[in-house]
Amino acid sequence: MKYVSEYRGAKLVQGVLEQINETITRPWVLMEICGGQTHSIVRHGLDQLLPEEIELVHGPGCPVCVTSLELIDKALAIAGMPNVILASYGDMLRVPGSGRDLFSVRASGGDVRVVYSPLDAVKIAQENPDKEVVFFAIGFETTAPPNAMAVVQAKSLGLENFSMLVSHVRVPPAMHAILGSPHNRVQGFLAAGHVCAVMGYWEYGPIAEQYNVPIVVTGFEPLDIARGILRVVQLLEANQALADNAYARAVTLEGNQPAQELIRRVFEPCDRNWRGIGMIPGSGWCLRAEFRGYDAGLRFDVEAIQPKESPLCIAGEILQGLKKPFDCTAFGRQCTPETPLGATMVSSEGACAAYYRYAHIDVPESS
Amino acid sequence: MKDDQQDLVIIHGLVCPRPLSHEDTIVLGHGSGGRMTQRLIEKTFYPPFENPTLLRGDDAAVVELPAEGRLAVTTDGHIVSPLFFPGGDIGRLAVCGTANDLAMVGAQPRWLTASFIIEEGLPRFLLERVTQSMKDAAEESGLIIVGGDTKVTERGKADGLFITTTGVGWIPADRNVSGANARSGDALLISGTIGDHGIAVLAARGELAFQADVESDLAPLNGMVEAMFDVCPSIHVLRDPTRGGVATTLNEIARQSNAAIVLDETAIPVRPAVDAACEMLGFDPLYVANEGKLLACVPHEDAEKVLAVMRETKYGADACQIGIVEDDPAGRVLMKTAIGGTRVIDVLAGEMLPRIC
Amino acid sequence: MCLGVPGKITELFEMEGLKMGKVDFGGVVREACLEYVPEAKQGDYVVVHVGFAISMLSEAEAQETLAMLREIIEIEDEVGPETEAS
Repeated sequence: MKYVSEYRGAKLVQGVLEQINETITRPWVLMEICGGQTHSIVRHGLDQLLPEEIELVHGPGCPVCVTSLELIDKALAIAGMPNVILASYGDMLRVPGSGRDLFSVRASGGDVRVVYSPLDAVKIAQENPDKEVVFFAIGFETTAPPNAMAVVQAKSLGLENFSMLVSHVRVPPAMHAILGSPHNRVQGFLAAGHVCAVMGYWEYGPIAEQYNVPIVVTGFEPLDIARGILRVVQLLEANQALADNAYARAVTLEGNQPAQELIRRVFEPCDRNWRGIGMIPGSGWCLRAEFRGYDAGLRFDVEAIQPKESPLCIAGEILQGLKKPFDCTAFGRQCTPETPLGATMVSSEGACAAYYRYAHIDVPESS
Repeated sequence: MKDDQQDLVIIHGLVCPRPLSHEDTIVLGHGSGGRMTQRLIEKTFYPPFENPTLLRGDDAAVVELPAEGRLAVTTDGHIVSPLFFPGGDIGRLAVCGTANDLAMVGAQPRWLTASFIIEEGLPRFLLERVTQSMKDAAEESGLIIVGGDTKVTERGKADGLFITTTGVGWIPADRNVSGANARSGDALLISGTIGDHGIAVLAARGELAFQADVESDLAPLNGMVEAMFDVCPSIHVLRDPTRGGVATTLNEIARQSNAAIVLDETAIPVRPAVDAACEMLGFDPLYVANEGKLLACVPHEDAEKVLAVMRETKYGADACQIGIVEDDPAGRVLMKTAIGGTRVIDVLAGEMLPRIC
Repeated sequence: MCLGVPGKITELFEMEGLKMGKVDFGGVVREACLEYVPEAKQGDYVVVHVGFAISMLSEAEAQETLAMLREIIEIEDEVGPETEAS
């Protein structure tokens, strides 16, 4: 595959790894904030090939993992209502709410459908005029333009049976929360490549300066990640806290203007509750007044739900990079991909799932 | 009386309500066990499956056992949707799937029975295409269809058609194949590219709205297996990686044999279109179903000659070695990645879902 | 958070007022919305996320990066742009 295969070649990756080895002189703690990058690192075994001085910590870049429990419970309640079709991205189906997930709602008769694209959800609404179609619109900034287009399209087609349950989260406030925390150990950031393809990376310069932490836009293939790490290490060794771009084939400083315009038209910043972390001010996007008629959270009267997290789950600390999956007493025992206690074990981008799937040998298997 | 249009006949007045003959669609009456059932069997099932044992029409088929060796028995339910997909259909799937299960224990497929649960409303010509397809697959795999059963269920209860098969095969005396027989040092071979069937069926289902240049690899493997035994009587393990893909099957072997399997990522053959579809959806080809491939563990000194005969068979042109069996870590499957790392390959957990992350 | 896959636009069309394209990911074709890459033409490569092109891929940037890496690492053409994985 063009633009993929070239970035997986062993020789080039090993060449960059050698350069990292030559450049590094002391230990550094780096965070990659994107679940897709976590997945790629563990899947290709890249973390094993990095010099010991580098500690890679995984950030809260998994929108599936950080969608709040209240919102998931709301989605479950709506999906179970008669005459409702809940359309969702695939990875949300197994995320546990307070005791159930969308799979089990489907098994008890709820109409839950997996869609690949938000426009597929709009199509379902067109084809089922006598049903209410609710689209579970989660994601970081990358998914915001597609989700926004769905509601714009629904409006222009005059579809009254379409609505969205919105759970957008934004990266810069999360970075502020992590870097501003007194427990923070992160010294360098790999910024999320496709988030930046949409938003550009102009927001990160000031953040880098404020916290004295270099931030490098990084892609997803092993070569891209190795290059991102190399650049961060170079900046750290030179004591330069800047934002830089190691994914230039897809990312520019300003980002995608038409996409940002539509985001601004449809969404406005709001406070957002991150599962496992808590409320981060201004870290979410909600529908603007003009589109609030399409807000499923308002359209459906769902009783106030008291969300209940498993007391064993430490997903929050893992998402903030404070603990690793192996630090969790339930990892591989009560909590496995088949019986997940928290969202980081369900989504294959969640750190726990990635570790379980690709890295755990020594943890005794739960029978 | 004829209308102005040539092909339209208008009948006025009383008309004798002769029962319709239900030639075009399957209805509940076809499953009732009476005359309609008999006629369905005679017109749709007997002709393609024709053989003396079947046509005797007794309640059970009586067959002759070979003098020595052992019998292998297997059963399988087939519920594929859609019924027809690029590279195959539910009929071929039922026959090949059963033939392959038998071949994987070193058995030569002999007899097959098939039970059909038909949803009322299924067009008859579809059923005929399925039975014809089963006939072709049976001929290719050496199976004789000696018995069957037909039931018809109400609309909405059978997704068109369900087929359950039972197969019996004969294992020559000198063969000893089992998932528990992998030994440290064995070469792990695969007969061709992985993930074709799963992606072809997913594309054919249409829910994710993509077109792929991929056909199912659905095929009977017993011909290949016989050729392999001819040059290597001591094949240790044979397995076909169906649901759950290569990854799940290898984990089963590793666990049964209490051995470790180490894969070489760069050696695993994947068609470019399957690769692309998996990239797009976020799937891993190692977990995607196959229906015409086998994995084999053979003594490493025999690997080259076994691969040579596999490559000469109809379905083995891309056969290659993809890994080896080792002692540690016992029961686990590892993979050396293309960039030189090592990763654990676990079994498939739940359904594979397209992801956005 | 962003499964974005590179693909080549093989056809442009309009659907319900939206600019769309058929995108070939290397033997797999799916339609994608091109509203966010208004300058995209047939033959261009884009990154597709959940059925939307979110950015153009710059061949120039890609080539420059790979060339620079190869120079530094001094390999002769071991990996070319059309090489298939495994």
